[in-house]
Amino acid sequence: INAEYGGHTKFIEASMVVYSLYVISKSGGLIYQQDYDNIPRLGMNERILLGSTFHGLHAITSNLSPVSGSSGIELLETDTFKLHCYQTPTGIKFYLIAEPSHPDLFQTLLSIYKCYTDFVLKNPFYELDQPIRCELFDVELEKLLSSSPPSVK
Amino acid sequence: VSTQSTGVHLYCVFRTDRSARIRRERMIFNFYIFSRNGTCLYYEEWNIPKEGRTPKAIQEEQKLMFGLLYSLRGFITKTSPKPCETFTYYKTSRYKLHYLETPTGLKFVLNTDKDAPTMTDELKKLHQEYYVEYALKNPLYKLGEPLGACEGFNSRVINFLTSHPEFKRRVVH
Repeated sequence: INAEYGGHTKFIEASMVVYSLYVISKSGGLIYQQDYDNIPRLGMNERILLGSTFHGLHAITSNLSPVSGSSGIELLETDTFKLHCYQTPTGIKFYLIAEPSHPDLFQTLLSIYKCYTDFVLKNPFYELDQPIRCELFDVELEKLLSSSPPSVK
Repeated sequence: VSTQSTGVHLYCVFRTDRSARIRRERMIFNFYIFSRNGTCLYYEEWNIPKEGRTPKAIQEEQKLMFGLLYSLRGFITKTSPKPCETFTYYKTSRYKLHYLETPTGLKFVLNTDKDAPTMTDELKKLHQEYYVEYALKNPLYKLGEPLGACEGFNSRVINFLTSHPEFKRRVVH
């Protein structure tokens, strides 16, 4: 199946494509965005707007809950994609857009969070809530999420 | 966890002396139908604690729900790798919202517990077998008006949802 921890080789099947990753800061600003597959490229402004829109949607879905104590959207499924979101205890949101047939991405999101703590938070030059520009973070995520494996399906 | 009820709804008591391990509480919470322009044509709720739920609060919530659906639509259109405008459901840590949008722009929304299976068929049935048959084809019903007064529709929908297997059943192990 699919071993998703950075550094190990992965076998990815055709249906397990991840299209893109968005990371939203606590205040709703987009701090990281990356596409991992061939999807129509959006302009940077559009991506920032999408990130902020999602931040708002996430908050509203939490408020609209028929029971108290709900989180925001964790999973959204449509005919063409699936969106998985993980909100950290510190309020950062990581969300992935993937193929609809993709199995649960929760572990992947946790691995991404781990990469974030290792390569962004521990980077002495990184300021919290600023756009992420850490090369090692990009490299690790590429290993984790890129769908062009050298090996088999 | 205790749930409240009014005279109409099912009454369920949690007995602590049974030391039962509750696996999953099946619940249908509420059902909305919105017209194309945002009017809430129909709304019913069950299994929701009654404190603070004035008619005004419920109305505000309906408006918020429509706003959410409208924004979600725009978000999905932009985010999707292939052309797409609508979604099947979304899930949070405590509830699941099932959605159906008809070609005429009517929005059917059903909130259930987070582990419910897809309710797309139920929503389609609510549209085809109840809305089309008992509201649309009703000569006394005017399009765009609240459906609560449409008695044939109202009673059948309530009956259908309250007798659905997903409605309010504690699965006890």
